[in-house]
Amino acid sequence: MLGLNKKDTRFLLIVVALTMATPILLQPFPEGSGLAQFNAGYPDLMQRFAIFGIFAIGFNILFGLTGYLSFGHAAFLGIGSYSVVWMYKLLDYNVIYGLPLAIVMSGIFALLIGYISLRRSGIYFSILTLAFAQMSFNLAYSVLTPITNGETGLQVYTNDPQVLLGATEPRSPHFFGIVMNNSSKVNVGDWVFTFNNGYYFCAVIAILAFYLSLRIFRSPFGLMLRAIKSNQQRLNYTGLNARPYTLAAFVISGMYAGLAGGLMASMDPLAGAERMQWTASGEVVLMTILGGVGTMMGPVLGAGVIKYMENIFSKINDQVLHGWFGWMPDGLEDFVIGISHFFVGKSWHLTSGLLFMIVVIFLPGGLVEGGQRIRAMFAKKRGDDDDDPKHQPKQAPHVAE
Amino acid sequence: MSNSNLTRRGVLKTGAIASAGFALPTIFTASSAAAYMNEPTGGSVTLGFNVPQTGPYADEGADELRAYQLAVEHLNGEGDGGMLNTFSSKELTGEGILGKKVEFVTGDTQTKSDAARASAKSMIEKDGAVMITGGSSSGVAIAVQGLCQEAGVIFMAGLTHSNDTTGKDKKANGFRHFFNAYMSGAALAPVLAARYGTDRKAYHLTADYTWGWTQEESIKAATEALGWETVNAVKTPLAATDFSSYITPVLQTDADVLVLNHYGGNMVNSLTNAVQFGLREKQVNGRNFEIVVPLFSRLMARGAGENIKGILGSTNWHWSLTDEGSQAFVKSFGTKYGFPPSQAAHTVYCQTLLYADACQRAGTFNPCGVVEALEGFEFDGLGNGKTTYRAEDHQCFKDVLVVKGKDNPTSEFDLLEVVEVTPVDQVTYDPEHPMFAGGNLGQCNAG
Amino acid sequence: MDAILLQILNGLDKGSAYAMIALGLTLIFGTLGVVNFAHGALFMIGAFCAVTMQRIFGMSFETVDPNQKDFLGNPLKVKTPYLESWFGPETGAAIIDWSVPLAILFSIPIMLIVGYVMERGLIKHFYKRPHADQILVTFGLAIVLQELVKHFFGANPIPTGAPEVFKGSFDFGVLMGFDPNVIIYPYWRMVYFFFAAIVIGAVFAFLQFTTFGMVVRAGMQDRETVGLLGINIDRRFTIMFGIAAAVAGLAGVMYAPINSPNYHMGMDFLVLSFVVVVVGGMGSLPGAVLAGFMLGILESFASMNWIKSMVPGIDQIIIYLVAIIILLTRPRGLMGRKGVMEE
Repeated sequence: MLGLNKKDTRFLLIVVALTMATPILLQPFPEGSGLAQFNAGYPDLMQRFAIFGIFAIGFNILFGLTGYLSFGHAAFLGIGSYSVVWMYKLLDYNVIYGLPLAIVMSGIFALLIGYISLRRSGIYFSILTLAFAQMSFNLAYSVLTPITNGETGLQVYTNDPQVLLGATEPRSPHFFGIVMNNSSKVNVGDWVFTFNNGYYFCAVIAILAFYLSLRIFRSPFGLMLRAIKSNQQRLNYTGLNARPYTLAAFVISGMYAGLAGGLMASMDPLAGAERMQWTASGEVVLMTILGGVGTMMGPVLGAGVIKYMENIFSKINDQVLHGWFGWMPDGLEDFVIGISHFFVGKSWHLTSGLLFMIVVIFLPGGLVEGGQRIRAMFAKKRGDDDDDPKHQPKQAPHVAE
Repeated sequence: MSNSNLTRRGVLKTGAIASAGFALPTIFTASSAAAYMNEPTGGSVTLGFNVPQTGPYADEGADELRAYQLAVEHLNGEGDGGMLNTFSSKELTGEGILGKKVEFVTGDTQTKSDAARASAKSMIEKDGAVMITGGSSSGVAIAVQGLCQEAGVIFMAGLTHSNDTTGKDKKANGFRHFFNAYMSGAALAPVLAARYGTDRKAYHLTADYTWGWTQEESIKAATEALGWETVNAVKTPLAATDFSSYITPVLQTDADVLVLNHYGGNMVNSLTNAVQFGLREKQVNGRNFEIVVPLFSRLMARGAGENIKGILGSTNWHWSLTDEGSQAFVKSFGTKYGFPPSQAAHTVYCQTLLYADACQRAGTFNPCGVVEALEGFEFDGLGNGKTTYRAEDHQCFKDVLVVKGKDNPTSEFDLLEVVEVTPVDQVTYDPEHPMFAGGNLGQCNAG
Repeated sequence: MDAILLQILNGLDKGSAYAMIALGLTLIFGTLGVVNFAHGALFMIGAFCAVTMQRIFGMSFETVDPNQKDFLGNPLKVKTPYLESWFGPETGAAIIDWSVPLAILFSIPIMLIVGYVMERGLIKHFYKRPHADQILVTFGLAIVLQELVKHFFGANPIPTGAPEVFKGSFDFGVLMGFDPNVIIYPYWRMVYFFFAAIVIGAVFAFLQFTTFGMVVRAGMQDRETVGLLGINIDRRFTIMFGIAAAVAGLAGVMYAPINSPNYHMGMDFLVLSFVVVVVGGMGSLPGAVLAGFMLGILESFASMNWIKSMVPGIDQIIIYLVAIIILLTRPRGLMGRKGVMEE
């Protein structure tokens, strides 16, 4: 179906089903229970999962396939956001004008930056991309304030032209009248599920982005990129010039980043310069490695885990901890809460740092490998004991896992 | 801390769930079911405290959080009542707000507008907060204020000093108790002129982002009006850690005052570097070279150690004030935590009380009701003397403190001394003053 | 002229810090082939060695002074450092005053141990892993280290002063025939520069003139052959990691009086030091030092007013701009070797 083989089609369908059911899956605990703190099924976080999923999928096309590690992808995220907000300011709140512009603009910048940076490889390439992104951030924060509104972030003011704005049109981002902020809430027993327009808008685009990336992975072009990763020199000896291929991969992944940035501004009409800082570039690198480089699902998983930690763990404060551990005897309660102080609330960074270390030490292939191991364990239990993995060459993991 | 109510929304949701039952799912859109965004329906109301918990301002955020917890205790009738006893409005009785117990959720702004908005959104969407407050920088305050306006909840700004917060970027749902750069300039300039003379030549170093620019503009205007000349105003990158290459050019000019429009880590480093280069001992035309730090924060000034001695600046509030309100606050904060509160802690404590009082007087949590109750509200007893929340721009107008780094501190908290309390009339400006023009409050939004 | 001289001094000073950090980073790249994102954290730990030393010396007992009041109106508790009560106020105060230089002695063993433990406990397992994995694990470690420091020392900068005798500035201008007070430079910053020169010189001398250094240099060129000669190269590389950590730590200790240390100062220097290393060229020690001083000086020049007025914002981007230009004209940085970290 859709030019995919049977296995990929099944994989895509599973992804579609998971994405559509996200508002239910991420809300496993009933409202009012102590564990409701861990629910993630609210619009903003779900949107972020989808958006950073797109960002990471795109990054993986470059890094996972060609092995070129860009440390400056956040620049395209910022360019995408600024494009969309400028369209709000000049035309109106319909995202249909901004999103294509975000993709085009980030594509143009990616072409320029990629053309220069790809003259070098390895860490020299990484530092070139980092340099471009840091220059963009520093200028956007200060000198370019007339265009970017600097520290405050670009936003829409009532005195902006907005030439296409109709009298009855919504005053917040929408897609032909479907307002991103609106959601329907469904109460089922103690559970409350929120179905948000913006999330589904992002989800549909994310699935399209995922499908496109799956096709790229399977195409001859994808194969060529993989050849570049495994041995560029040998490729050169065969008389092939690798540069156009890597440049194409760079531009595509830059456009993905621009789309993600544009979507961020579509959900929330503000574009901050911090989006372009090196920490943001580093974040997508971490997401990809954490999830599993070169796999389809890994980067999305990594993006989800990092955003989840950032938004859920940082909100666990003393009051919540007392709520959880209140049943303990006083001394023990204080002790447990004292220990928790190292990991939640203002110390959530520490937990993420530890997670990075643990994953990379014990699961060299990222979270995806963890999933594969668990599955292998179950497969073993079912009793196919005739193959001895130790005495067979390890099979490369299927790319769709 | 009470354990009887384990969860934030436990009580809040009980009513809704009881009526819905287990059988039938009810479908509604967020806007149609309630009269306004996140209307509290149970026995409690949730406030969102959004402060920097990681990054360079984490200590300031931690102090804000302490003050918030104290305010919630006092509102719920626990503790000694703090400034509730000295507050001129006597509507709050320690029974929560409008009879509902006050609960809170916390989040981390990371001092980044994106992260701050994400955190505020989760409070609004997930936890049902009716009011968001906090923050330790102007960029974040303006970003979150915009979000609250769109979402239909009230924003009570924390530490934000840029003119834009209640100027170009003012919003109907947003309120600021903290003072601003214009007020710093207006309060500081006369003191500077009186102490250093009216014919000084100033050299500005300014953090290269919007807050820095508004402060530079304000101080320049105020000092030039009194006869000072501005020799140069140099922008320094936000990421700069070593300011030596910006300070040495000062030596080559005939400037005799250095104004550091920096905050936080930038301020600590630029001041330390300026002192290293001997600017304090320098003589220009027979007069002592002087350094001025227009916005002082005691918490951050500690990082500069001895270097702040004798340096003039302005501050919103200081714990050494002897009025009844300040003393009550210092006593209840100091007893609970063992050290005096910072100006950030003070402003957010006041903001929480002011919000609670406004709800009480309005008889509703509806943002539009709250806005009406706060606009033009005059009060006293919160440590800054007589104060007005101006209706035109939602800025508090109150006395401004001019402070000086203390020469002989008796403890690690005793760093600043108040040299002058500038009366409110001297720092009041027209809402359409050029430094604040171009903004539009818009209509209050109830979601 | 005087302005340019001053900016050269500033640049040398900034460059000292860049060069020392980059030197350690290159040692780790060159010897072990590991991308160490925790190197900034090592610099930060060094600075906090100075803070800790100051805290230890400053440990005090409290006496109640009924004549003074604290902020709550209770009698003030006056703190007196133990050192002052043991050795008398003057000697005690003098020891406390010298806590930063004394911290050097204290930091060298600590940093060597930190480096040793890091290499044996963690980095060792990542030699054969892709660079991406090395980045993730060392970045995770850097976060953990800085959060631990934040937990115990708070997020605010902590003032850590230089000894009293180093306060004030030296007047260069008078020596060179300028007016007094035109070209002055703070004593401690000069100390920092000479200290950096000594540390860098010592590292080079160690590698150049000792057998140990010779083996390490040979190992950097061709690890396998050296191993085949029956030399335990791994053990030497572990020690080199310890030395690299110590160099970063020393840079941090001495930096504490220049700018008050805070828990994220390592991250502030991390990106910059990577740029320095790469501009210098991967695997080249002299390259790293040269690039450190060069970028320091260029950064200082870019912040001069007349340059800023010609190209607005140039001081924000100069380092990155120079990095791009150098990498485009010299494919492997200033003095990089072929084939190091190029795939």
